[in-house]
Amino acid sequence: MPELNTSSLPDLIFSILFFFMIVTSMREVELKVEFKTPQGTELEKLERKSLVSNIYIGKPTREFRAKLGTQSRIQLNDKFADVSHIREYIQDERASLAERDKPYMKVSIKADKDTQMGIITDVKMELRHAWALSIVYSATSR
Amino acid sequence: MAKGKRKVPGLNGSSMADISFIMLIFFLVTTSMDTDSGLHVRLPNPPEENVEQDPPKVKQRNTMVVTVNMYNQIMAKVGNSEAKEVGLNELRQLTKDFVANRDNDPKLPELHPVELPAPFGVQNITKNHVISFVTDRATSYDLYFQIENELYGAYNELRDELARKTFGYGYKECNEDQQLAVRQYYKCMISEAEPKNYGNQ
Repeated sequence: MPELNTSSLPDLIFSILFFFMIVTSMREVELKVEFKTPQGTELEKLERKSLVSNIYIGKPTREFRAKLGTQSRIQLNDKFADVSHIREYIQDERASLAERDKPYMKVSIKADKDTQMGIITDVKMELRHAWALSIVYSATSR
Repeated sequence: MAKGKRKVPGLNGSSMADISFIMLIFFLVTTSMDTDSGLHVRLPNPPEENVEQDPPKVKQRNTMVVTVNMYNQIMAKVGNSEAKEVGLNELRQLTKDFVANRDNDPKLPELHPVELPAPFGVQNITKNHVISFVTDRATSYDLYFQIENELYGAYNELRDELARKTFGYGYKECNEDQQLAVRQYYKCMISEAEPKNYGNQ
């Protein structure tokens, strides 16, 4: 039986490996706020990531601290934002979904444990006005 | 010294494929583990502007009010009982007792006979109960989350217990019709008031 030449197999596998390494290290957004999500027990997994829009709330990272201080800030996409920008953001996110997926849109609030409720409540109020009523408080399991 | 071609000994690369395979599998596994999870909540519809709405009349025994102040102290007023300060770990049991009202306690919500899907039929449930959760603007998000976690946890535990009693297995193992029936038995009624601003801003 003739032997199969497998000398190119490592190269092949390597290229798949590199593909995965590159793809996985790609985040959708560069985080400009630091957050440590709270821990809970009644969590459910988020399926279908394409339906989820993220709102990050936390302290600005070190490089922005000089300019913005350590007060909690909201980040939408890759920019700092104000509460008043949320409605527009939700509309954009909703517009990017397919028509049949629109009712299943979810908003994940990734907020730092030490945030005060004021900012969260403002965000929630804006989400209600934008009719994004299905929300998830992102957390890690305890 | 030999001129011209010099023979370089070949490197044995046959194990390279195995090494890369292991790394490939490692990356595949670690990336699929990175799923987001959290507490799923449904917000109420936006408040209608320009419309003065009277708050819906709810009997005192049907309400449970959980209040958190800016010092992160929790106060609970369950039904007709006096308001008292409670710890986070007591909250789940309080909520369960309030929602279920198994002994028809006059201080806890009224039981109404309600027609439920099979296999429950007509059952006495606390269909008008409301859990109201009031926070301050200076309350920490962590505590808010922990309380939400306990409140939803209470409902989840009640549903799980009911499913185990009726079907013999947990709520998660039930099919969709069974889950719907169980959900109607213990309907989640958590309402969040607009936060008060007593504290600093």
